[in-house]
Amino acid sequence: MDQEIKREIIMENYLHPHNKETTNDSEYLKVNSNNESCIDNIDLQILIKSGRIKDIKFNGEACAISTASTSIMIKELINKTIPEALDFIHDFEAMINENEYNKEKLGEALVFDDIFKQKNRKTCATLPYKGMIKALEEYQKNHN
Amino acid sequence: MNRDDFPMLKQNIIYLDNGATSFKPQVVIDKMNEYYTTYSANAHRGDYDISYHVDMEYENTRDLVKTFINAQSKEEIIFTGGATESLNLIVNGFFEKNIEQGDEIIITKSEHASNVIPWFRLAKNKKAIIKYIELNENHEVTIEALQKIITPKTKIIALAQVTNVIGDERPIKQICALAHEQNIFVVVDGSQSVPHMKVDVQDLDCDFLCFSAHKMCGPTGVGVLYGKKELLEAIEPTNLGGGMNESFDNEFEVLLKPLPTRLEAGTPNIAGVIGLGAAIEYLNEIGMDKIAKYERNLREYLINKLEKISYIDIINLHSKSGIVAFNVDNIFSQDVAYYLNRYHICVRAGNHCAKILKSETGVKNTCRISLYFYNTKEEIDKLVELLADKEKIIAEMF
Repeated sequence: MDQEIKREIIMENYLHPHNKETTNDSEYLKVNSNNESCIDNIDLQILIKSGRIKDIKFNGEACAISTASTSIMIKELINKTIPEALDFIHDFEAMINENEYNKEKLGEALVFDDIFKQKNRKTCATLPYKGMIKALEEYQKNHN
Repeated sequence: MNRDDFPMLKQNIIYLDNGATSFKPQVVIDKMNEYYTTYSANAHRGDYDISYHVDMEYENTRDLVKTFINAQSKEEIIFTGGATESLNLIVNGFFEKNIEQGDEIIITKSEHASNVIPWFRLAKNKKAIIKYIELNENHEVTIEALQKIITPKTKIIALAQVTNVIGDERPIKQICALAHEQNIFVVVDGSQSVPHMKVDVQDLDCDFLCFSAHKMCGPTGVGVLYGKKELLEAIEPTNLGGGMNESFDNEFEVLLKPLPTRLEAGTPNIAGVIGLGAAIEYLNEIGMDKIAKYERNLREYLINKLEKISYIDIINLHSKSGIVAFNVDNIFSQDVAYYLNRYHICVRAGNHCAKILKSETGVKNTCRISLYFYNTKEEIDKLVELLADKEKIIAEMF
């Protein structure tokens, strides 16, 4: 992906993040994700019905990379089943850690394919995914 | 000034995070290496020459600290692992047995975590009450505001002399005078003051003072607990072990050594303490008043320039210390710090361990510049030049 386009997508998602809002609906699972090494701190709210992610909202304070990554993750994961979502997260993390991954799957999240060049920002990009894994694992534990 | 003394400054970086830790001059590093390479023995074992040498150097640092802060005697100087450990020792070793249900502990919302959380736990365990001095519009402590919340139940006032985000200097001398009229103890966190200005414990008349070596050109892992002798005598050691006992036979017959050894159980951080001694000698040679004056000028220079940038909000405009906390409008502090890092400028973003400060300032996270005497106007020019171009910040923040 062209650097200029990547930049535009990150900027757009940072300035106008998708679903940056909260809900009082108790059907949503709530999970916090923060980085020990920095000040990024977000809350995710996730609605899962019949094994499928129907909605994700988020709130909190985070840097441009974390915010954009959360916004993109939300768009990509809504309407995925739990195994599909975990698969996506697996590929995303593989990309961040410079391992083999499936480019076809990652959609807009590919904007972070060279974030490994800035080592101190890898944790920013993966922050929402850490929270998502925590939430999905908890959901699976309670629904098995 | 004195930039050539610091190996770290030979790298192409501009270090503006001295509130977190300071660089070490070569003399401090050499002094510690000398211990490890030429007389590396334990302390308090003066039976052979190199151990005697250790004792001399170790105790020499105690003398240096005593003179540096003008304590009455060297028994009043205890070496710890750092200011955090010193504060915890005061809370757990002294106040644990000197506080009762309903007693009040006065702090502020701009204290560092290590001068907050130990008091929180003490208050919780002893059913004591934490009270906060209301800060003025510049987030400073005033005697009037303190007077307003002191009651007959007030037992402790625990304050940083200079705070680590706002950088304001508290009127500790007046606070001590006021407190002592009413038998209130005053605990001073000197982490951000002792490295930057002359601190005289007898003049202040504080009961306890804590600080860390690593913020004052010394090594990590060493700190000082100063306390008035009769108060230190009353501390229940939280660590028991070798070096600090006189004799022991059974659980009823344990005799402890006198101060200061009584509060320094186990093999101490010998190299660190000796390094702290070298750091104090180094600072003395420059002169603390000269350091304070230099930093004040540098701060003014920085503030004058930053103030001209319309989209920069300075949180602590009126403080006098070398700490400047700011935000760039609509840009997350961490993104600003990352941007500056591209140009090898080190500033810190975050809440700086003052997590309850946000309710005072309304600002949760900031970028913090903290100066030391080796910073220069040229470095500030470079910083300001980078901050003066908002388009560039946005274009290069990731």
